[in-house]
Formats: sequence, structure tokens, C-alpha cells
Amino acid sequence: MDKQVVRRFEKIVGAGNVMAEEADRQAYAYDAAVLDSVVPALVVRPETVAQLGQVVALCNESGLPLTVRGSGTNLSGGTIPSSTESVVVVTNGLARILEINTEDLYAVVEPGVITAQFAAAVAEKGLFYPPDPGSQTVSTLGGNVAENAGGLRGLKYGVTKDYVMGVEFFDVNGELVKSGARTVKCATGFNLSDLMVGSEGLLGVFARLILKLIPPPKASRAMTAVFDSVEKASETVSAIIADRIVPCTLEFLDNFTIRTVEDFRHAGLPVDAEALLLIEVDGHPAEVAEDAEKILEICRKKGAVQVQAAGSVEEKELIWQARRDALPALARLKPTTVLEDATVPRSRIPDMVKKIKEISRIYNLDIGTFGHAGDGNLHPTILTDKRNHEEFARVEKAIDEIFEAALAMGGTLSGEHGIGLAKRKYMEKETSRGTIFYSRKLKQTFDPKNILNPGKMFGA
Amino acid sequence: MADIAELVRLLKALEDDLVSCTRCGMCQAVCPLYGETGRETDVARGKLALVENLSREILDNPEAVKERLDRCLLCGSCAAACPGGVPVLDLFLKARAIITGFLGLSPLKKAIFRGFLSNPDRFDHLMQWMGRLQGPFTRSVNETLGSSCARFMSPLIGDRHFMPIAAAAWHKKASRDFSGPRQSGRTRVVFYPGCLVDKVLPQVADAAMEVFAFHGVDVHVAARAPCCGIPALSGGDVQTFSHLVHSNIRIWRDLDFDYLVTPCATCTSTISKLWPAMQVYIGGDSAKIEKQISEIVAKTRDINAFLVDVVGVQAKAPAGGQTVTYHDPCHLKKSLGIAEQPRTLLAASGSVRLAEMANADRCCGMGGSFNLAHYELSKKIGAKKRDAILATGADAVATGCPACMLQIIDLLSHAGSNVAVRHPIEIYARALQVENKEEPS
Ligand SMILES: Cc1cc2nc3c(=O)[nH]c(=O)nc-3n(C[C@H](O)[C@H](O)[C@H](O)COP(=O)(O)OP(=O)(O)OC[C@H]3O[C@@H](n4cnc5c(N)ncnc54)[C@H](O)[C@@H]3O)c2cc1C
Ligand code: SF4
Ligand code: SF4
Repeated sequence: MDKQVVRRFEKIVGAGNVMAEEADRQAYAYDAAVLDSVVPALVVRPETVAQLGQVVALCNESGLPLTVRGSGTNLSGGTIPSSTESVVVVTNGLARILEINTEDLYAVVEPGVITAQFAAAVAEKGLFYPPDPGSQTVSTLGGNVAENAGGLRGLKYGVTKDYVMGVEFFDVNGELVKSGARTVKCATGFNLSDLMVGSEGLLGVFARLILKLIPPPKASRAMTAVFDSVEKASETVSAIIADRIVPCTLEFLDNFTIRTVEDFRHAGLPVDAEALLLIEVDGHPAEVAEDAEKILEICRKKGAVQVQAAGSVEEKELIWQARRDALPALARLKPTTVLEDATVPRSRIPDMVKKIKEISRIYNLDIGTFGHAGDGNLHPTILTDKRNHEEFARVEKAIDEIFEAALAMGGTLSGEHGIGLAKRKYMEKETSRGTIFYSRKLKQTFDPKNILNPGKMFGA
Repeated sequence: MADIAELVRLLKALEDDLVSCTRCGMCQAVCPLYGETGRETDVARGKLALVENLSREILDNPEAVKERLDRCLLCGSCAAACPGGVPVLDLFLKARAIITGFLGLSPLKKAIFRGFLSNPDRFDHLMQWMGRLQGPFTRSVNETLGSSCARFMSPLIGDRHFMPIAAAAWHKKASRDFSGPRQSGRTRVVFYPGCLVDKVLPQVADAAMEVFAFHGVDVHVAARAPCCGIPALSGGDVQTFSHLVHSNIRIWRDLDFDYLVTPCATCTSTISKLWPAMQVYIGGDSAKIEKQISEIVAKTRDINAFLVDVVGVQAKAPAGGQTVTYHDPCHLKKSLGIAEQPRTLLAASGSVRLAEMANADRCCGMGGSFNLAHYELSKKIGAKKRDAILATGADAVATGCPACMLQIIDLLSHAGSNVAVRHPIEIYARALQVENKEEPS
């Protein structure tokens, strides 16, 4: 990169926050997606919001493509630099919680604040920030908003988008755009905040986020139900919701995952079970007790072979440990873990699980499926070794088929991991030609030089 | 070895473990260094990516990789938290060894590792001289902690508040054989003080001996105490490491004993985990060495774990006395899963009320030679530990690792604090003394 330009970046953020050496740049060439690395030309780490704005403006002025990076944990290639000309802008130097307002129930944060640290700070003030992606101990709130991240509590509490009250962001010229407000209601101007949710760094760079907080539930109860068929488990899920109960969490583990987790933790999981449901209800104590009873009843009626409610905090902990173990345990089986995210309407879960099993057989691949049964967001997890090119070619075909199947069932490509590079080729199939054109034009208008994370989501 | 093709070939041997890192980034949550700097090359994911790139010839700058690999506390927080179970520490140490083999040892390290560390007698002699010379050049700064600082700015000591070196290595005066032939029912222990206790914190070893005597444990202290090898291994000097492993095994192999007990978390973890993991670098007949190491590993115990799990020391109901907080050394908790036993030992003192600090298992920032090479960063990481200790209002902080003790002494001494820093064994030994005085027999 031009030395002059590097010096200008150094002037903005200080020499210590500009990384130009190859060994440093190579560490910003990847994220958690299983895709090829692209080494950026420069890495810049602003420490104030004002610096962030200047960095964006300088990229635009110099025509340098810019990829914003939170913690680089997204699973779709959103932070892999668009080209070797790219500047990676790291937001972990912008990690201040600016305000937690306990009267008006909102918080204002910089984009680099870590999700779990924020949730803990909010909890300390007696409030609750529900979105809890599996990566919450490392993911940034900026990354969560840009990917519209979900989590285990999605069914009852919704996902990140349901907690975004306002977004302040820089446009390509480094102008600060403000949208939304600190009020519950806001009808001032376009609803740009919603446009920015899930924008994957293509439309602007977040400077501050206004997030909604809620009072925490007073009680909760966790349960497990074991099934000898996925159909029964799925019918149980539908029956629970048809009975007007919305558990905060309703998770599913398939047989392959159950066996793998049991091998890993030896917690006494039923290795013969075809499906395991992990359920939690929360709310007012009386309501929780009543809902829990009803759920246990429904599970039995729908043919669960074994039903159990956690009697103590430790037992509850054990239940959720099994769910938390799902990914780590699977990941240990083979060097490469491809974590997919196809989502189907709740009622189609048995069909989808069946389909995934079939795909795993046809392509002779190990696939463990677990996920959020309550909202149809499954995570078929393919275990492979990317060095084995022949097998990896089969993996790619399997992924294609998983997406085909999800779309055919009226589902979507991504429940929560975003499109990035990994799924852009399927975008038109789920949406339409018109959608791609419209999105491209929208981007062109905001970003005429196409410098904001170009190539992601719908191609260049 | 100065052939890049050879470097690549050796690194390729790490490939199976290297590819198991899925770049999930979960290690960012726990790396104390990354927490301070926010730099990807400081966290395990970034370091592993660089080693992999070097092995795949995507990067051709071994110096740059080594420099970044060396910025690491080797605390193992990343390995303990890694969902994929990547053997991060083993990979770091092997990569350091391979790259150091290619680049060569720096003259200073060569002088230290090969000249002194590998030769216990010369090492003891040097320390003895330093112990005698330090008086005129240092000044005592904190009576409770017993720390000193350099009176004249010395390039190595800088602004550190450190513990004076003992006038003579502890094992010299304490060496002893078992009391006689094996008696049934009497546990036989080889006590291995570790260099820091032996040369800087001998009071920990004295306390251990009192406790062994109280519990009727038969103890052997060898007349020579070679280092466990960790400084050489982390410096990439596997030749010295191998030499030291052999020296130790030679001392122990003919003794008839049940346990090898050390008060040093780092020694315990090095012997139990790294000797087996780094066996490829240990010379000699590999089958024989493997057997000898596995026998030693089976007998090796941290002193807290030994007293609680083997001797059966039990917690008592607290009856007033002092408030103590406990810091979990990375090499005990993250490497060996030992967290309960030191707390039980403290509670066994009876006169101790345990006040847990926030994030008791967060690294103190010492990291052995990391503290020497990156003192400012080490201090910054340590500041969080210092604040957590002070926030408990405890009279003393206990920790099962002499290296952590030295770091915490430096941190507290700079803060002008009067909180005492102790090994759990010291507190337990003290309680036994008091108890025995009070209970006339
Ligand atoms: C083990 C594991 C478990 C996971 N579990 C879940 C889960 O349960 N639910 C879920 O939804 N996801 C999950 N994820 C995916 C990932 O953690 C989320 O997508 C998360 O939101 C990414 O946050 P990040 O800070 O790492 O963002 P990054 O990966 O750094 O960035 C993600 C996207 O956001 C953009 N971006 C980041 N900051 C800004 C900003 N300030 N302005 C504009 N754009 C920005 C980037 O350009 C990129 O396109 C998981 C990932 C892993 C590795
Ligand atoms: S947690 Fe483990 S697998 Fe994940 S990036 Fe770190 S070292 Fe790699
Ligand atoms: S060993 Fe400690 S300092 Fe080194 S990378 Fe792992 S967590 Fe970070």
C-alpha cells in the first residue's frame, strides 16, 4: 500500500494502531467460516468513534475497500477481506458502554462491546438483555447487529433486531447518520436502524448502538424429554406452542449429537434416543410452575420415553451443559467443522431432519444436527477434513442440497449466521432477481465507489 | 539447521494438530494478553494461523512468527477454553523449538540455558553470589512482603519490586534421605522444591517439611535439584530441556518412593503434562524414556493435591483469624484441574476465612520470561489481579505457585499494600504450629 496513505492512517489512529507488517496482516485474513483466507493490505484499529469516522472517510477518498471486523466470529465469511487491497477496520478498541438507563430501559454502547460483558453489566443493574448467541463471550454487539444474531432465547424473546432501538453509523464519507431514538416510540424519518440490522458491513459502519433492555424473568424451570422418533419430538414442540405456551428455550439434539456429547462428557445421556428436547420456561413463578407441569404432560402424551424436570440449580446446569457441549463435542471428531444454519418452518423439522440424514447417507458424511427446535433453526454440522479434497467436494454438494431442501420447505438460507461470502450464490434462489438488483442499487446509492465490504451478500 | 525447507518439513509434522483449530475465535474470551492489546496476533487463533502459514510457505518470515509466538504467557487459558480441544500449548512450544532450531538461540539465552540452567551446581553457585551481592545494591521497600527494589537502575531489574535471593539454595542445607527402610503405612515422598522456592522462597519449602513431619510423611530431598526444564523449553532450547529431564530422572530412578511432590504449580504441570507431550525432544532410548516419564508422571503431585487427596487433610469450620483470598495459578487450575484442594488446605487451617476474589482463575500476568521481556504488559495484566485481591479486603493472598507469588508481591508492593502473599502450605503450617502450642499434649 502507498506509504503516504499508511502515514495518513497513522496520523488518525496513531502508529501503534496501524498494522502493515505481513505477519500482522495475515492474522486478519480469516474468520470462523470454512473459506479461503484473503490477506488485507492494512489493518487499522481506531480507539475513538471520531477516529472511526475519519478512517472510513479516508478509505473512501483513497478508493480502498473496507471490511469492518468485530471479533471475526461470524460463520459466513463476512469479515474475510474482499480483496488484497482491503483495509480491515477492527472495532475492539471501541468497547465502551456509554449508558445503561434503568428508568427508560435502554443502553447506549460502542460497537466493539462484547455481548456477554454487556449482558453482565446490564444484569448487575437488575435488567436483562436477552440475545445470547453461542459466541456471546467473544462476539461484539456491532457484529451481532450486523448479522442479526440469534441465540437460545430467540423463541420467546426474539433476536438482536428486536432489541435495536437506534443505530448511529458513518456513511462512506464519514458523515454520522443517526436513526432511531432512546424512546419506545419513534416516527422520525426513515427507519434506517432496521435497514442497518443484518447489513453485514455493506451499508455503513456502526458508531453507537441504542439497545432495548427489559426486566428479567423472576423464575425459570428447565426440563428434558427423550424421544424414540424425531416426529414425536417435533409434534411435541408444535403441541406446546399450540397450547399457548412459549418456552424461552426449546432445543433439539439428534441421535448423532447425543452420542457424541455423551462420549465427550459422560453425563448419562440416552444414547439410543432419536431426539432429545431441552426446554426452559421462565416468567412469573406461578406461571412457570403451571407451564412446566403442562409441558411435562404434553411430552408424556406425545410419547416421550422419558421426561424430567430439573429439581435444582445443578440439575438445570447439567441440562444446559449438554446443549453447550454439542458443538465442541462434534468439533473434536474431525479437523474441520462446517456449521450450517438452514431454517425451516417449525412444523417441517421432522422432514428436514430426515432429509439431512438422507444427505449424510448419500454423500457418506458425518452430520450431527442440533439447534433451536422452537424456531426451526437447525444447525446441521458437517464433520470433515478440508485437506481431503475429494471429501470436501462432497461436503459442498451436501451443503447445496441442504439449502435446496430448506428452500423447498418454505424455509430460509440463514436463521442467524448471515450470508457473507458463504451463501451469496444461493441468495437469488431464495429471493428473486429483482431483489438482487434492488439491493445492489441500494448499495450503489449509499456507496458509489463500492468500498463497504464489497462482494458480500450478493456479489460485486 | 538453516535450511528453510527443513523448517517447513518440521513444521508440517504439526499439521494434524494445527488444522484442528477451526478459527472459531472463542479463545479471545480468555486470553489475558489479547484482553489487554486486542491484537489478533496475541491470541491463540492468530498465533496458530501464523505457524500454519509458515508451514505452508504462505509466510516466509520465521523471525516475525517467533517474535509473535514469544509474546505469550503460556498460561494455557486458551487451551482450557478451546471448544475443539486444540493442544494449543503443545503447539506453541513445539513451534518455538522448531523455529529456534532454525534461527539459533540468542547469545544471552544460550549463555543462560546452556551455561547455567543445564548445570545445577554452577547455577546454584551463581545464585549464591547474587544473593551475597544484592545487599549493597538493593533497598528493602516493603516489610510485610519482604520485597526490595534496585537502588540503581539496572537494565534487568528496572522498576521491579522483587524478593531477595536466598544466601544459599534451600536444598543444600535441607537435603536428606528417607529415615530408614520402607515402613508399611508410611508414605514416602521425594520433595522437589523447584528453582524459585529453592532459591527465592525457601520459607515455602520449610513449611512443607513441617507439614510432612506433622503428618508422618517420610521425605527425601535430593542433594542436587536440577530445573524441571520449562524456561529452556519455552525459550525453544530443547537440547537443554532434554538434558534437564535426564538429569532429574537419573536422580529419581533408583529411589523407592510413592510420590514426587512439589509446591510449584509450574513444575508440577511441566512434569505431568509437558514431559510426556514434548517427549520427541528428549534424547536417548525413546521406549525407555517413555516408560521412565510415565512412571514419574504417575507419581507426581502438587503439594495441595497430595495433602488433600492422599494424606486426607480436611476442611475445618472457620473460627475467626485472618481473611485469606486465593489466586488460582494457571498451571494448577487450567493445566491440571486443581482448584478445590488448595482451598481445602486453607480451610483446614481453621483460623482462616476464605474470601473469594473476582475471577480468581484469571492469569496474574507473570508468564515466566514473559515478565522479563514484556514487563509493562505483564504489569497491566497484573493490575486486574491486584485490584481483585485488594477488593476482597483480605489480610493475605494465597496461591500455589511461586512464580505467581513473585508477580503478586511485585504488584502489591508497588501499590504500597500490606496484604501478605503466601503459599497455602505456609498458612497451613502456621496453623499447625499455633494449634500444637495451644493444645498441651
Ligand atoms: C462457536 C460459535 C457459536 C456461534 N453461535 C451463534 C449463535 O448462536 N447465533 C448467532 O446468531 N451466531 C452465532 N455465531 C456467529 C457469530 O458469532 C455471530 O455472527 C456474531 O454476531 C459475530 O460477531 P463478531 O463480533 O464476531 O462479528 P464479526 O464476525 O467481526 O463481523 C460480522 C459482520 O458484521 C460486520 N460488522 C462488525 N462490526 C461492524 C460495525 N461496527 N459496523 C458495521 N458492520 C460491522 C462485519 O463486517 C461482518 O460482516 C457463532 C459463532 C461461533 C464461532
Ligand atoms: S478456541 Fe481453539 S479452535 Fe477456536 S480459534 Fe481458539 S485455538 Fe482455534
Ligand atoms: S497461553 Fe495465555 S497468553 Fe498465550 S495465547 Fe493462550 S491465553 Fe493467550
